This record gives sequence, structure tokens and C-alpha cells, in this order.
Amino acid sequence: MSADIEENVLELQGVIVTFGGLMALSDLNFKVRRGTIKAIIGPNGAGKTTLFNVITGSFPPTEGTVKFKGRPIQHLKAHKIAALGISRTFQTVELFGNMTVIENVMLGCHTKIRTSFMASGFAVPQSRRKEKQIEESALKILKFIGLADKFKDSADSLPLGEQKLLEIGRALASEPELICLDEPAAGLNETETHVASSLIKAINAKGTTVLLVEHDMKVVMNISNEILVLNYGEKIAEGPPEDVRNSHRVIDAYLGGVA
Amino acid sequence: MLRIAKLPIAVFALFIIVFPWIARQIPVIEHYTNIMVFVGIYCLITIGLSLLMGYAGQISIGHAAFFGIGAYVSGILTAKYGMNAWACMVIGMAIAAVVAALVGAPSLKLKGHYLAMATIAFGIIVFIIFNEEIEWTGGPDGMSGIPGLSLFGFEFNSVKRYYYLVWGFVLAVFIFTVNVIQSGTGRALRAIHASEPAASAMGVDVFRFKILVFVYSAVLASLAGSFYAHYLNFINPSTFDLFFSVKLLIMIALGGMHSIWGAIVGTGLITFLSNEWLRYFEEFEIIVYGAILLFVTVLLPDGLAGVPGVVKGWFRKQVSDER
Ligand SMILES: Nc1ncnc2c1ncn2[C@@H]1O[C@H](COP(=O)(O)OP(=O)(O)OP(=O)(O)O)[C@@H](O)[C@H]1O
Ligand SMILES: [Mg+2]
Repeated sequence: MSADIEENVLELQGVIVTFGGLMALSDLNFKVRRGTIKAIIGPNGAGKTTLFNVITGSFPPTEGTVKFKGRPIQHLKAHKIAALGISRTFQTVELFGNMTVIENVMLGCHTKIRTSFMASGFAVPQSRRKEKQIEESALKILKFIGLADKFKDSADSLPLGEQKLLEIGRALASEPELICLDEPAAGLNETETHVASSLIKAINAKGTTVLLVEHDMKVVMNISNEILVLNYGEKIAEGPPEDVRNSHRVIDAYLGGVA
Repeated sequence: MLRIAKLPIAVFALFIIVFPWIARQIPVIEHYTNIMVFVGIYCLITIGLSLLMGYAGQISIGHAAFFGIGAYVSGILTAKYGMNAWACMVIGMAIAAVVAALVGAPSLKLKGHYLAMATIAFGIIVFIIFNEEIEWTGGPDGMSGIPGLSLFGFEFNSVKRYYYLVWGFVLAVFIFTVNVIQSGTGRALRAIHASEPAASAMGVDVFRFKILVFVYSAVLASLAGSFYAHYLNFINPSTFDLFFSVKLLIMIALGGMHSIWGAIVGTGLITFLSNEWLRYFEEFEIIVYGAILLFVTVLLPDGLAGVPGVVKGWFRKQVSDER
């Protein structure tokens, strides 16, 4: 059992999400092995983003259990789950447009500071020292994602490709064990897509487990260790890329002529 | 990372220190020191509101109620029960904090228009209580006999003395708030303003921060109310009506919501307008406010505090055009 916990960072058991009459996720079971990249694919409306929302605590599942490192988390609020070590990006960019690039990443470090209103107001040396540290680690992350020279720019002013990278950087700032990336390559050109997928590989190489939702099949096939296919909220296939690619159900439901 | 320059704060503090002296030299503006006491009192409210609205992005159109809570708690406890004025001030702030937490908990879950309505409703309810609880508040006739302030035998019994007392508090509160803005707390507040889902996904306890800043702004409004009561020695409900809440809004909109300086600039301007420059308009005063609000929202979305930025941008454009 404990070996299993070590092995699997995330485990979903019987997860159901309904919106009124609509079944967005129906009885979903799967595990994510530590240190791997797992891709979730499926046609539009399959329930991929809903799945991320449930894992990261945007809302609880209608039924079922989500376990992070063996501990049920489905009842926890998003900020609690973030503090436990799950981070995410959003399908449609959700940057803090009123802040600079580096401030966005610094906000990503929020789980690492204990911010007391009073300590902030009196500017106690301790909290100022912490700010300095956070600034430095944010700059390191900006170097890692290749945006260091734009640290002072407003996040709003970046082109989409860089905004997507910045969202990944912000999500990395909390040093999560599991990072959920919702279509990181959507809207990117070929070069940008290449940059994004190398970045994801680099993140994974540092030991972070990656859960990836992506429509770009080339990216998915290239970088993921395992693929889970959703269709109308149901798991229709799961396994290594080569197996999934050849599954008839998948080809029928989703890949069609693409693969 | 967000840095608010220290030099303007120092210059401003210096201006505040010498202002009464300057005003005394020029007979026509001698009474401006008195108006500046009110500017200071209102600044205590708008600094908190600026943090709440401009930084955290949560609207409140009910802060006159917290202003009134401070004024009435101080007024009733000192005039009727002879309690120590400073202790009453603290009690007023504590009551305002509790009320803000109770009102904020359900309302801050609401967004935009709904939050505005909830705070308006709250303001109206408190206003009605001030009017109806005649035994305590004196009702619409108000209550008088509120003593002045003194500390260790030193009486704040002149305009100048009260001026320095109030502005001492304003500067302290201003610096405290600037520190908050520049800290991780301020960053979290601005994050909530921009995107609540992203903020909470990054570990920000959105609800806690909203309550915190709401309570902070309410406590400051209550402090301002206490100062108001002890300065005028008389209060009545009409000071704390819905229109005053709207006026506070106009102050920070005119000054510029996205900058803490906006609160100071807007409060100064509107207070001087209504106490001095617009006196002759009488009931038409409200039309002028309407015009100001319209003008600002359409032409100066960042308020007067945004003007230096606009000018800088304009100059830069001129320079680059010449090349
Ligand atoms: N908050 C919500 N309220 C009601 N219905 C929702 C909500 N969120 C998602 N849905 C519905 O649930 C289903 C799954 O949506 P979801 O966004 O998870 O799909 P997806 O797989 O991410 O699709 P895409 O590839 O287009 O991003 C869709 O039918 C969608 O309309
Ligand atoms: Mg989606």
C-alpha cells in the first residue's frame, strides 16, 4: 500500500461530475505515476478541463475520491490543494494582467510565504528578507523559461506564446510535485510549440510529475509516457502512446484521420 | 516588487507640517486648516477604500456606515457614559471589525453589481438604525455634548492641534498601507483583482484576503468617525447617509483608484469643492459631482493620479516623433 502511494502521485476513484443533467465526467478511475508525463486527450467537451478543475479544487466532484499522495483531497479548497503541491495553468490565459512578468511568478510563490497583514504593514525585516528571496527565485524561474529579460514588462504586453510560458513559470514557482497543464500549445506557432514542449520535458526531467491536456498530437505523442483518452466524460483508452495510437475505439472516437 | 517612491511621501509630509503656518500668512485661506482637518479624517476612510477597491477590486458603497459606527460608538460612550475617549475609539474599531466580518462573509462571495447592492443595503440599514434608535443616538436630531480629545492633560482644543493629531494618524496609516501594498499581501490582493481562479490556484486564500481588507477598511472608517465626532462635538445621522458613501467613491475615482495617492488627491479636491468652492451651488452640488464622475470615468480612467503617466507618455511620444 505505501509502495503504491510512493509510486502514484495522483489517484482518482469513481469520479463523477454532473452539471445539471449533463454528465461531464462519468465514473473515472486512473492513476498518475510519480515522475511521468501523462496526457489527457479527447474531443472538445470531453471533460478534460473539468477533470483539471476537480483535481485542483475549483469545485468538488459530484461523487468519487481524488487522492494526492494517498490522501483524499476532493473536499479541499483550491488554495489548500495548491499548498499541498499541485499547480496548474489555464486553457484560456489567466495571468495577472495588472502585474509585471516577475510579479506574476512571485505570486506563484505565495504558498511559500506566510503573509500576515500586520507584518506586511509594519514592514518587519523578516518579511522584507522573504520578499528578496522570492524575487531571486522568481528571476531564476524566468531564466529557466526564457523570459528573464522581460521581467519588468507588464504581463498583458506579452505575445500569446510568452503568456503561455509565463503561466507555466508561475505554476512552477510553488515547486509543485504535480503540475497540470491545460493546452499549453494552443494558439502557438510551430517554433513556440517546440519551445513549450521542450520546456515541459525539462520540467519533467527535474522530477515534477506532469498532467497534460493537449490537442496537438505531435506534442502528446512525443513527450508523454502515458495517454488517457476521454470521450463524453468516459475513459475509452489508457496506456503508452503506441498502444493508444492503435486502439480502434480511439481512432473511431477521436483521432479519425489525424493519426 | 511594486515600488511606491519614498520621496513624494516625504515631500507630502513636509507640506502637511508647514501647511497651517502657510495658511496663517494668507488671510483668505486661513480657514483652510480647518477644512484640512476634514480632508485628513476622510483620507483615513479613502486610504482603506483604495486598498479595498483599487487594489483588491472589491466595491463597497456602504462605508458611511462604518464611519457612522465609529462616530456613534465614540459619541455615545463618551457623552453618555463618560468613558475614556481613546478606549472608545478602540472599542468602535473593534465593533466595526466584527460588523465588517459579519457583513463581509456573505457579501464578499458576491461579484460586481451584487456586492455593490449588498453594501448599499447594509449602509441603508445602519442609517435607519442611527435614525430610529433615538434613545441611544438621539435620532434625526443627532447628539451633542461629545467631549474633545486630550492626551496626558494635553488638550487637542484648537484647530491646529487637532490638525496635527489627525494628520499624524493619516501619515501613519498611509505608510502602513503602502507597506502592505508593496508586500506579498498587496500582491495577493492585486492578484484577486485580476483573476480569482488563478489566484486561488496559486494558493491565495481569496476569501480570507477579501475579508481582511474589508475589515481593515472598515476599521479605518470607524477611526475616522471617532475623530469626526470628537472634533465637531456633535453628530447626526445625515452625515452617514448613502450619499456620503457615494461621495467617498467619487473621491477615489477622481483621484485614481489604482494608486494609493489617488485617495489623498481625490479626497482633498472633493472636500475643498464641497466645503468651499461649491458652496454657492447648494443643492445643485450633486450635479457637479455627477459631472465629475462622468468626466473621470470617460476621460481619465486612472484618475488624477494617472495624469503624470499620461503626460510622461505624451512627452515620450513627442520625443520619438521628432527623431
Ligand atoms: N461550469 C460548467 N457548467 C456547466 N457545464 C459545464 C461547465 N464546465 C464545463 N461544462 C460542460 O462540461 C462538458 C465538458 O467540458 P470541458 O470544458 O471539461 O471540456 P474539454 O474537454 O476541456 O473541452 P475543450 O477541448 O473544448 O477544452 C462540456 O459539455 C461543457 O459544456
Ligand atoms: Mg478544456
